[in-house]
Amino acid sequence: MQHVQIELDGKPHAVPPGSTLAELIASLATPAESVATAVNGALVAGDQRALCLLKAHDAVLVFRAIVGG
Amino acid sequence: MQASASIHSNDTLQIDGVQLHSRFLLGTAGYPSPQVLAQAIDAAGTQIVTVGLKRTLAAQGDNGFITMLQDKLRDGRARLLPNTAGCRSAREAVQLAHMARELYATHWVKLEVVGDEHTLQPDPFELVQAADQLVRAGFTVFPYCTDDLVTCRRLLDVGCPLLMPWGAPIGSGKGLLNPYALRTLRARLPDTVLIIDAGIGAPSHAAQAMEMGFDAVLLNSAVAHAKDPVVMAGAFASAIAAGRHAYHAGVIPVQDFAVASTPVGGAPLLL
Repeated sequence: MQHVQIELDGKPHAVPPGSTLAELIASLATPAESVATAVNGALVAGDQRALCLLKAHDAVLVFRAIVGG
Repeated sequence: MQASASIHSNDTLQIDGVQLHSRFLLGTAGYPSPQVLAQAIDAAGTQIVTVGLKRTLAAQGDNGFITMLQDKLRDGRARLLPNTAGCRSAREAVQLAHMARELYATHWVKLEVVGDEHTLQPDPFELVQAADQLVRAGFTVFPYCTDDLVTCRRLLDVGCPLLMPWGAPIGSGKGLLNPYALRTLRARLPDTVLIIDAGIGAPSHAAQAMEMGFDAVLLNSAVAHAKDPVVMAGAFASAIAAGRHAYHAGVIPVQDFAVASTPVGGAPLLL
């Protein structure tokens, strides 16, 4: 089955059809609680990621904590 | 007396209902190791440290810095103040602030919206727009702004509880480039918490800001990039304390001509 093309942190990315945001985060090998996520500019809270189905052309942002000034 | 950024117990800084004894806010970027950062935070006596966010695909491992900071947070010794560094528009900054609130579990945000790549000067229009949206969304906004009085007033109008005017461009180490504008801000906004943010290079710059009556200082590079960040953090703590003491004590006015300090009268004594 053809993958769904999305944009992840500004770069093209393919996910299996029917993927959720939670599954995408799990595929990144990053602890889910260590990132914040947004889809198409809107925050998706950690407890909502499993309910967030990814569609073609969705723009997903995944941010993690870093040091800063 | 041990040098410290805390002056005395009743001279506290109130932010968002939180009573702070330290007037030294410290950035966490650019330290050689988490251990050095931890020691610098202790030497500074700081109670607020700034942190950031970065896209996961672009971020390298943090080598334990964030874990160390979160441990300190659990100790109750430091509060995290996430920033929106890297944002160029109100839309980006608002989005990143919401992500920061999710990630760091705080409604405090240091709002940065840059309008010029060369100077990293804040964009006043986007900044006010973002601050307005974030205050309405329940954030306590710490806006990084210029020393422009009218922009500062607009930020207060939309609900920012304090202002963080720059001393000089970020990382420049130039100190207070426009003391006149900063004195004007202090004079025209006497009841507003004003924190000098950015451009501080030496402890004397921080002391100067405190002598002028600013409420606190936020800096990063001057400590992180020092040959010995821990000792430098202590030096800044001493300078901030000295400047605060001097402000309370009252610095004498500058005179154009000599004013004799020894009371010998008008003529020399010849015996």
